[in-house]
Amino acid sequence: MIGTTLPALRVEVTPTVVISTALATRDFQDVHHDRDAAVQRGSKDIFLNILTTTGLVQRFVTDWGGRNCLVRGVSIKLGVPCYAGDTLTITGSVQESVQEAGEEQYVVAVSGTCGLGEHVRGTVRFAMEEAE
Amino acid sequence: MSEQGRNRAIDTEEWIRRRAEEIAAAGRSAPRQARDPVNTAMINNWTEAFSDADPRYAPGPDTVAPPGMIQAWTMAGLHGARATDDPLGHIIAALDEAGYTSIVATNSDQTYHRYLRVGERVSSATELTEVVGPKRTALGEGWFVTTKTRWTVEGEPVGEMRFRVLKFRPGSAGTDDVETGNHPDIIDARERSAGTMRPPVSKDTEFFWEGTKNAELRIQRFGTELRHPPGAMGREQPDAEPDWIRSTGKGTVYSYVVHHHPKVPGRATPFVVALVDLEEGVRMMGELIDVDPDTVHIGQQVEVVFLRVTDDLVLPAWRPRS
Repeated sequence: MIGTTLPALRVEVTPTVVISTALATRDFQDVHHDRDAAVQRGSKDIFLNILTTTGLVQRFVTDWGGRNCLVRGVSIKLGVPCYAGDTLTITGSVQESVQEAGEEQYVVAVSGTCGLGEHVRGTVRFAMEEAE
Repeated sequence: MSEQGRNRAIDTEEWIRRRAEEIAAAGRSAPRQARDPVNTAMINNWTEAFSDADPRYAPGPDTVAPPGMIQAWTMAGLHGARATDDPLGHIIAALDEAGYTSIVATNSDQTYHRYLRVGERVSSATELTEVVGPKRTALGEGWFVTTKTRWTVEGEPVGEMRFRVLKFRPGSAGTDDVETGNHPDIIDARERSAGTMRPPVSKDTEFFWEGTKNAELRIQRFGTELRHPPGAMGREQPDAEPDWIRSTGKGTVYSYVVHHHPKVPGRATPFVVALVDLEEGVRMMGELIDVDPDTVHIGQQVEVVFLRVTDDLVLPAWRPRS
């Protein structure tokens, strides 16, 4: 398990993705759905909100880990904004295992890049449930 | 800054620190219940928006919510107001008053103790844990505000989050006057470089381009770790805040290409692009000038030079070192 590189997750960040994920996370800040407002506030375009980045990083791990993969934590630090029209590519590998809350958890180091550079860097912790 | 202005700035800083202490001392807010219980409508909206096909979230008798949704359950909503005892609301108001009116989320560190099931009703309680500033950031001068949120279901802890935002004064970045004159160490290359494509400048890389304007080659540093190209965080020290060191600008050619075709705006072909091992231990790319392409070789000693491309853009490049 440790050392395994996960398949990269490539997300075409269309305006629909930015807006639908912002609303799905119940983040109604205008910079995530109103381009004119975002430009007025000094941004190039609408951009992903932090809850969405957390959700995408989580999906990156469960897409690979399957239904027995129990996500225990997502820790991220944001870098450059990811704008509508960007492609976000998330990559990562399993770094180590730790004993946490009475179970073995694995730590995946992740990095996501888009047009301007690194958008997100962080870790995802997960445990593997015994298959039925 | 005048003495009066400096005193006012110090007064503001003290006032913010005092407010932060008061708000932190008030402790954790009362648990606030989510508007809706965990439900399939919101889960479906989420999985569709995220294109997340995980079968555990699909409607059925055992449906669970994606763990990353935990914060969504207790968000205030389109017209929602923060609770009157929400410490984040109070510190945001204080920083707004002090002129730090813009906000950007920078860190989110979530722990999920278990998956949430349809029908469960989550509550959240938040405390202010840290206010640090004023810091000069690429976005402007600002304060980093950290809160800790605890989610419960009928008193049972189900998740936690450490959340950090930067509250900053917009337009206060790069307040130093832009140097448009000829710095003695900067070669005027405006004519020869006309049409050069501008590099994208982000909040992570702005310090680098501010450096070149003053004939300084800067390398990003996280704690003790140097990083180039610059990024959002250190590889070995992910919690370290970034700063930078000034490079000697001396290095050796690690690899290079001689570009003949096609034509590139702002460059006369053939030209040489070299990847250079700097003395400090990072690798950096740049044009190698003042050189016959046939004589370039791996291991060649080079040093940095600075080329003014436009009034506000200076590119680093390399030239042979004797």
